[in-house]
Amino acid sequence: MKGEKVKKIIKTINIDVDKCNGCRACELICSAFHAQPKYSSNNPGRSRIRVIRDPLRDVYVPVYAGEYTPAECTGRDKYTIDGKEYEECAFCRASCPSRDVFKEPDSGLPLKCDMCESDPPLEEPMCVQWCLNDALTYEEREEEVEEEVEQEELEIGLEALADKFGLDKIVDTIVRMSESKKA
Amino acid sequence: MRYAETGFNLEIDLSRGSIERVETDPRLMELYFGGLGTNAKILWDRVPPEVEPFSPDNLLIFSTGLLCGTPAIGANRTIVSTLSPQTLLMAYSMMGGFFAPELKYAGYDKVIIRGKSPNLVYLWINNDKVEIRDASHLQGKGASETAELILQELKEPKAQVAAIGLAGENRVYMASIEHGRSSASRLGIGAVMGDKGIKAIAVRGTKDIDIARPDEFIELCNEVLEYIKARDDNPIPGVMPILAGLGSPQEMKIHDEKWHTTSFMWGNARTRRRDFWTEEIEEKWREIQESVRTRLISCYNCPMKCGAIISIPGISTYMMKCYSKLTYTMAAYSDLDFGFKIAQRATEYGVDGFSTPQAMAFALELYEAGILTDQDMPGMPSDTEGRFYWLLDRIVRREGIGDMLANGTYWAAQKIGKGAEEYAHNNIKKHEQLPLKLGMLNPVYFLMYCTGEKINITQIEGQFPQEQAFVKDWIQVPDEKFKQYFLDWEPRGEHSNPYYPTVQMSCEIVDWMEMMHYIDDALGMCAGLSSFPLKPPYHIHNYPAFISSATGIDIDEAGLSQVAKRNRTLVRAVNIRRGMRREDEKPPEDHWKKRFPELEEKLLDEYYKFKGWNTEGIPTKESLHELALDYVSEDFIKRGILRDTETIPTKATSKEKEKKEGGGSGP
Repeated sequence: MKGEKVKKIIKTINIDVDKCNGCRACELICSAFHAQPKYSSNNPGRSRIRVIRDPLRDVYVPVYAGEYTPAECTGRDKYTIDGKEYEECAFCRASCPSRDVFKEPDSGLPLKCDMCESDPPLEEPMCVQWCLNDALTYEEREEEVEEEVEQEELEIGLEALADKFGLDKIVDTIVRMSESKKA
Repeated sequence: MRYAETGFNLEIDLSRGSIERVETDPRLMELYFGGLGTNAKILWDRVPPEVEPFSPDNLLIFSTGLLCGTPAIGANRTIVSTLSPQTLLMAYSMMGGFFAPELKYAGYDKVIIRGKSPNLVYLWINNDKVEIRDASHLQGKGASETAELILQELKEPKAQVAAIGLAGENRVYMASIEHGRSSASRLGIGAVMGDKGIKAIAVRGTKDIDIARPDEFIELCNEVLEYIKARDDNPIPGVMPILAGLGSPQEMKIHDEKWHTTSFMWGNARTRRRDFWTEEIEEKWREIQESVRTRLISCYNCPMKCGAIISIPGISTYMMKCYSKLTYTMAAYSDLDFGFKIAQRATEYGVDGFSTPQAMAFALELYEAGILTDQDMPGMPSDTEGRFYWLLDRIVRREGIGDMLANGTYWAAQKIGKGAEEYAHNNIKKHEQLPLKLGMLNPVYFLMYCTGEKINITQIEGQFPQEQAFVKDWIQVPDEKFKQYFLDWEPRGEHSNPYYPTVQMSCEIVDWMEMMHYIDDALGMCAGLSSFPLKPPYHIHNYPAFISSATGIDIDEAGLSQVAKRNRTLVRAVNIRRGMRREDEKPPEDHWKKRFPELEEKLLDEYYKFKGWNTEGIPTKESLHELALDYVSEDFIKRGILRDTETIPTKATSKEKEKKEGGGSGP
């Protein structure tokens, strides 16, 4: 079963860490843009971008908030690049229980970069607009993707699980999960 | 609801170990904005003139500006105010970086510190949770070393730290408060921090800062960003490269130092080296700078890159800004690599990069003149660079001769005697000035040097271009008439210094420059985007809209200028009450070769009149009333500084004089 080719817009923020001057304007304007009403307040603690910043080690890395994850990874990673040591899980975009980044400071609810989705749409996300040093630049491109690729993947995954646990157990689990979701 | 400001101050009494969160009167914001303005108000209200700088009753105030923590680009300055141990007058020194916005996000406009802690402590402000913590393990540690250690022990890498080094702990009058790439250096405020027994303040904040009229405000911010971009693409033609753009002079970015090295004085503000800058030097200095500079960096919410990370093999990495790369180099008649190296140690010790090299060069001059001898300098190395390190180590520890030098050249000379006073030749009100010695008296600078309440002119510079092309789109002038003043101003001939600009014009120009600085210092705006560079993005015409839309109070240009005037007058009032008078208001005698005593008297007379001050420089009852500062005139009258019915000049009382002259004999 082959899906139809569909066009999808891929939005990319290019991050050039060499150009970052560490000013954190991106954090500020992100939180201001997402305030209700828009720009009525700001608080970098609520930002969906953070600059990992360790001046004396020349570490300046803007990282965006990605998907929320309820569980932390089994292990953690720590990168050293060109002799610079980065903090644990530095480049990970997840809002995850292992750390306090990308969470609303008061409620703890996860934050995720939405590329400043708005109506009418912005030309560029605000963080890019406010980065005059071009550490952040924005790019859009079109890609053709097969619509049902994801379903195929799902099937492959389920088959693997069925092999391991048996099909009955998988079905039971799915029923239980969907009932608890409804509740 | 409070907008732009948080409406709360943190009151810390170190003697009692108490911490209070105190709501402030919203009316104060309307009258003084914040920052320097409200600092001056607090010092006026709570620190009577009898209080000595090293008294538990002296206050040390860390203040944000009104716009800090809002999206206003470049509003990140921390304004630190206290009494200076060196001048015995009010000190306000400021720093950029990230401290003030973080403090706002933690929910405070100011931290007001009184009393003294019996042992060394640091303050940890984490939103509503505030602790006074033991700092005995940080004793003697460098300023940035301290910051690192605190972040580690708090496990809070996002906190911001302001700390003193050894110099502050030992109450060196040149001690700074260091914060990353920034420092509040002038007038010995680090010494007051050390005297209070507080090694550092760490702050972390995750609260909101609210804006009254968001759409209007953000539009203004976007305009400023656009303007900065345009200004970056179009540097001002015909001026030296470090002054062509915005920000503080771009010393970290640009290696061309022809102007500083050939116009400023070397040694103890002593020798001008007009032929210093050669192709060979330029090539060498470019190589040195590029080899040690890892990255150009900025302060909070600012696209400029006025600072740099400096990494020299074998020496800890540190951050530097602006002119300090040259102050040690030039004081020691040395080379740029020496400047970069010694600045690292000086930054960890936490000393002022202007006064300290001058005090060291002063000591070496006295040694050469035989006023200081080998007995005073036991074990001093024979090479100049080695001597600078040797002196620096002694100054920050107050060891031997270092104990006297630690009070700055004025007080050191008083103590050394034997003609040393002649060598302390570069001070105003006992404070070391930029090492500049020029030919012809400049009437505008004369007034700024004499009367500037900041007591150093590093950021009280003017906008003095004269070309038609520049004037054409010069939107920043408060009034069109200024354009003609500057167009007519010529280097030589009838319309040149010292009689042009005329006395009246000079008063008006100085008034404009001052107004912009007082606005910036109340808002926490970096002068590098406002009152310092040529054609800045912030000016008197767009500031009212910024302040109105941020705070919700409606203010126009006249109202804004009134607040600036009120703040300027109040800072002066604090100093007048501490005994400052006309006779203190003079530039270093040798600042200009050609002096004009009659003209100078007239300049001061007219400027005082222009400001509404009497001939002693004391604000009159009437002018204080106009500024809603009647509480100041009442106090002046009570103390006999002003008379009730007339505004006759009043000399400082003998008691005030005595205190002024005798109070600085060292701790």
